[in-house]
Amino acid sequence: MSAGNILVWIVWFAAAAGCIGSALAVVALRNALFSALALIGNLVSLAVFYLLLSAEFVAAAQVLIYAGAVMVMFLFVIAYVGWNLDIAWTGGPNWQTLGGVVAAAALLAELVVVIVLGAANDLKHSNKIAVNFGDPASIGRVFLSNHLLAFEVISIVLLVAAIGGVILGAQRRRERTGGIR
Amino acid sequence: MLGPAIAWYLVVGSAIFAIGAAGVMLRRNPLIMLLSLELMLNGANLVLIAFARRHGSLDGQVFALAVMAVAAAEVVVGLGLVVAMARRKIEIDVDLLSRLRK
Repeated sequence: MSAGNILVWIVWFAAAAGCIGSALAVVALRNALFSALALIGNLVSLAVFYLLLSAEFVAAAQVLIYAGAVMVMFLFVIAYVGWNLDIAWTGGPNWQTLGGVVAAAALLAELVVVIVLGAANDLKHSNKIAVNFGDPASIGRVFLSNHLLAFEVISIVLLVAAIGGVILGAQRRRERTGGIR
Repeated sequence: MLGPAIAWYLVVGSAIFAIGAAGVMLRRNPLIMLLSLELMLNGANLVLIAFARRHGSLDGQVFALAVMAVAAAEVVVGLGLVVAMARRKIEIDVDLLSRLRK
């Protein structure tokens, strides 16, 4: 095993530990502010994985858009709603908590079994890829030629979501005049 | 390819997805439910990018970017709902939102 390979393994394990640990923190922490900060850690660890999988542009977009813009929006709303708001777990092991944990564990077991079965066949080796695999130029070429329709539909989805967000968030005037309650 | 095989990335992606699913099912604060939804989408994104690397095709990465855009749209609408709840002085708890209209 070469020195470079050992280094990649070390980086991989660090990123995996960061991913799983921060994902557990998102679910387990009681304060929504800390959950959001843990999710930022999760997104950055995932960006490390994307770099290891030679998806440079997606990694950059992940850090800039997701961990930057989207999470800042989250933090603003948490600050608006009240960050020390503390809704407990449903309190002790009741059927709802138990059912949720069992369902999630079943989901994980199912996925891992399928991956192990598939790994026996063809997931062990990977293809040789081009040098420019995953750089912005090649992503842009694929996105704007083969997937042009998807690109345009995404722009419409984002526009509709932005309008919907404004409508949901700005109902104060109608409430004052006694319209929609 | 240096480092672990694709299957290891898939296992991590599945674990993140399952943890996110557990969060959606267990928590009652809609903000944390939205954060857990983000976790699920990101687990799926990791799997998409791992398979893109496996097949040497950029389509998976393009799809991951599309998922990121949809996640941003979902966050906008979800946070709009939370802000509307806060404006109407409803306690931030999804169990209290069992009806669409009061």
